Amino acid sequence: MRGHGWKWLLCTPALIVLLLAASGPLLIVAVYSFLSPGNMGGVVWEFSTEGWFRVFFRRDIFEPDLVEWNAAHLQVFWRSIWLSLQTTFICAVLGFPTAWFIATRPPHTRTIWLFLITIPFWTNLLIRTFAIQEMIRNNGTINTVLMQLGLIDSPIQMMFTEFAVLLGMAYVFLPLMVLPLYAAMEKMDFRLVEAGYDLYASRLNVLWHVILPQVKPGFIAGSILVFIPAIGAYVTPRLLGGGRTMMLGNLIALQFGQGRNWPLGAALAMLMLVVVVGALILYLRVVGGNDEARRG
Amino acid sequence: MKTLTGWASAVLLGSTALASAEGVVNLYNWGNYTHPEILERFTAETGIQVTLTDFDSNDTALARIRQGGHGFDIVVPSDTYIQTWITEGLFQPLDRDIVTNMDNIAPQWVDVPFDPGREYTVPWAWGTTGVIVDTSVYSGDPNNIELIIDPPAELQGRINVIPEMSDVMAMTIYYHGGERCTTDRDILRAVRDSLISAKPHWLALDYGAVDSYAAGDFAAGIYWNGASMRVRLLNDNFAYGYPETGYPIWMDNAAVLADAPNRDNAMKFINFVLQPEIAALISNFARYSNGITGSEEFLDAEMRDAPEINVPAEFVEAGRWGQACPQDINDIHTQIWTELMQ
Repeated sequence: MRGHGWKWLLCTPALIVLLLAASGPLLIVAVYSFLSPGNMGGVVWEFSTEGWFRVFFRRDIFEPDLVEWNAAHLQVFWRSIWLSLQTTFICAVLGFPTAWFIATRPPHTRTIWLFLITIPFWTNLLIRTFAIQEMIRNNGTINTVLMQLGLIDSPIQMMFTEFAVLLGMAYVFLPLMVLPLYAAMEKMDFRLVEAGYDLYASRLNVLWHVILPQVKPGFIAGSILVFIPAIGAYVTPRLLGGGRTMMLGNLIALQFGQGRNWPLGAALAMLMLVVVVGALILYLRVVGGNDEARRG
Repeated sequence: MKTLTGWASAVLLGSTALASAEGVVNLYNWGNYTHPEILERFTAETGIQVTLTDFDSNDTALARIRQGGHGFDIVVPSDTYIQTWITEGLFQPLDRDIVTNMDNIAPQWVDVPFDPGREYTVPWAWGTTGVIVDTSVYSGDPNNIELIIDPPAELQGRINVIPEMSDVMAMTIYYHGGERCTTDRDILRAVRDSLISAKPHWLALDYGAVDSYAAGDFAAGIYWNGASMRVRLLNDNFAYGYPETGYPIWMDNAAVLADAPNRDNAMKFINFVLQPEIAALISNFARYSNGITGSEEFLDAEMRDAPEINVPAEFVEAGRWGQACPQDINDIHTQIWTELMQ
């Protein structure tokens, strides 16, 4: 019992840092969302729910008495969530075979493959995004090669499209899916796969009933690691998507910048937090919960 | 995270403040905006060391100085923010006994609306926001904002607009005959409607687009004069236009902070940059004009005669200062902008 208390003491420095550095600013944001906007940015210490009101509703610019749903904000929220879901799905589809390939190599070569997966992290995200731009722009590498091979006559417009954004997002977040999947597969008992075949299960059946249940924790961890940062993605959609449409991150930045409405920005940021935590809980309930039930 | 960085920089700043007992001045300026040679020459001439810290937006700079404990002496904010800095008492008046080069400021930049008579600030660099067009795609008059908000067929789908709410709103409001912060709902309605109907013709809303223009990704756009010149130097098909209905002028201005720890050194530095040769260094580095008489002869040759840098006489009148609109009007602008970008 006494030993247990000492162990807690060991992690207090880390807990203090977390508390100050994570909860502190978060608390400030929460408080700011209930204040009034100051002159040229900042806040005035007057309680107001206007920030939160404006997250969901807007007064018609031309008839201030007319209050309606703030469709623009909802649209931006939905776009960010939808993009993150698509990114997570693409990463899962591409990540599974990759992780499987690595996990089935002889142990001494696995390290090399894992090492290759981490190489993108050596370079700054911004630089890698510019490199993608160079590949897919109208007179970029891909279009030039295709045109010189005579496969196309005029460049394919890839930059500034949804395709470009998804390509960039999938590229950036793929390692975050591969690594946890690999970790789960490495621990997998391959004798169960053999047993499945021995019992005349088809390939698909083995995948569905033997492999997937075992690597599920990897999928859950990977999806969380991809989905959450993808919601707040800012650089990739902006550079590759051409900034024609706003993401959640851009909308929040607008309120703290030229919009000069910090309470609204703070309220939007809090709502984003709620969405992320909500998604997390839902996901763990739906996917993680099943697991518990089966074990029980 | 934010708290920690705050502490770390407070400690760092504390140490520079200690060193300032003898010959230091702390400059807080936009990133990639200060010619290193200016700082070297100042140190060589006066023995005063200069530390340079970057900011990335007016809002960042204002928020940081408002918090206090920053240790900076000089800051370089934009014209629209100057009134806020002054009324909040963040600047101190220039000491004319030290700043003796005030007469070098070009006459048209002395009685500016944001600091009449230049009591607190001096020009650092200024520029305009206008229209850039690839003349091999569109050969008509480039001095027209309609190319962007009601584009001709050959430009449709090939337009890039800088994602600066204030510039885009200003140019569209001027086009519809309004003042910068107009409360006229009919004008604002027309502004919204024309932006919403123009948007489908825009390919992108992108900042760092010099190479994209030069490479032919875009054929027209709303862009800054200095950047437009860089595009033309890479691809001489491009021309810069000054919309006759009105275009924004901006100016970044240097001022000494009220709580500057090295006040006299700061005044000396302000006086130093008012020399034509030094002001020209600012321009040669940042690619924008500086507002100091006589600096022209020290400019790089490609800038001296550039039509993007020297506003042609017939378009001078159409240039208008920016203005920070009251919160309720700014909220309307933000709402229109959000609707545009949703």
